[in-house]
Amino acid sequence: MKAAPFAYVRAESLDHALDLLAEHGGEAKPIAGGQSLVPMMAMRLARPALLVDINRLGALKGVAIGPRRVVIGAATRQRDAEQDAALHRAVPLLRAALAWVGHVQTRNRGTLGGSLAHADPSAELPLAAAVLDATLVLASRAGGERRLPAAGFFLAPMTTAVGEEECLTAIEWPVWEGPGVACAFEEVAIRHGDFAMASAACQIQRDAEGLCRRAALGLGGVAGTPLAFPDLAARLEGRRITEALAREVAEEAAARAEPGSDTHADAEYRRHLAAVLLRRALLRAGAAPARAAA
Amino acid sequence: MPAPPPPVLVEITVNGAPRRAMVEPRTTLLDMLREHLGLTGTHAGCEHGICGACSVLLEGEPVRACCIFAVQAEGMSVTTVEGLAPARGALSRLQDAFCEAHALQCGYCTPGMLIACHDLLARNPRPSEEEIREAIGGNLCRCTGYQQIVDAVKLASGQEAAHG
Repeated sequence: MKAAPFAYVRAESLDHALDLLAEHGGEAKPIAGGQSLVPMMAMRLARPALLVDINRLGALKGVAIGPRRVVIGAATRQRDAEQDAALHRAVPLLRAALAWVGHVQTRNRGTLGGSLAHADPSAELPLAAAVLDATLVLASRAGGERRLPAAGFFLAPMTTAVGEEECLTAIEWPVWEGPGVACAFEEVAIRHGDFAMASAACQIQRDAEGLCRRAALGLGGVAGTPLAFPDLAARLEGRRITEALAREVAEEAAARAEPGSDTHADAEYRRHLAAVLLRRALLRAGAAPARAAA
Repeated sequence: MPAPPPPVLVEITVNGAPRRAMVEPRTTLLDMLREHLGLTGTHAGCEHGICGACSVLLEGEPVRACCIFAVQAEGMSVTTVEGLAPARGALSRLQDAFCEAHALQCGYCTPGMLIACHDLLARNPRPSEEEIREAIGGNLCRCTGYQQIVDAVKLASGQEAAHG
């Protein structure tokens, strides 16, 4: 379990990092927390010739909370985001997802951008980004900055729209304005902290009568990418989330999943789990004490 | 095959003392500690971020030493299991509680467990059972079933004695 040889450069600035990525193309890889990339290199599933270390770039760190969106630097540690109470209020589902990511030891090093760029289809942060339709900000020397919705970012297992010369610099999360926002993240994994066998996430905003005003929902671990279902979420709007409605929506979502089989669970079991977890999530968020007005 | 990149000088502080070594960029912090600095208390288990045996404190926070290249830790401070005891030949209260509560059998996971639990008690002097289990959630032990480790942390934090 030793990585193949590589050269290492600590980037002095984002421009320096982008220059190196432009110069070396697919031979170079940015490294932030390394909690996905280093194991991949240890197993020789990744063999970059050059690592460009972006860990010490202050410009890629931090959480900026605005009224309509939260901008988080790609190299912000998961643990820092997890402990940010204001972020919790602004984007409840992100905080709920973070609690399921790895362990204290990995969250201390792991970054938000790293998990998204790694794009494991069972990972929690990609699911949260897909469900909330976060915007991913990419930079390159030739192309400047471009912004992609999560729906266009995750392409296949461990495969994103990030070009060889690009670096993920920030993630923008929508803030749902007004009172009554609640969320739920449900997951089954072999061991606590492992990637999900199946996971479900939703964020729900209710009005004073308890009817759903706005909803977003999705499934993880049951397809090549995290799945969001905006049309099913729209079906909840204006309605009370009852057991029957939650079941109907969850089963329809699970029916659209394309789960794989492995030694832990076959495809049908994963599909079943997905429906159960999403139904639970919808009922929990639909009935949860919601965030007060911001 | 191109020639491997030349070794680079890495200077870090380990258990309070400045240490340096010439290492290949691909050398993990774990291998630098064990192979270059002779600090074999930190254990190499899975070497890909699953088992937690290699946990150390980096700038005071628990991390997996197998998932950081040594060169990335340049200038940082590291605490290994060798640095937890108050003096040579002595044990920390937590280490003593591990002995009292039979919290180790083969000992392979113990350095990582001690680092994880040491960090927990530094942040939270009287953790609940749930908080203890969360803190060691990233550390695999194949001997104890974890219960004695939980007991040891309770004992070290002045909460109920180990099972008699």
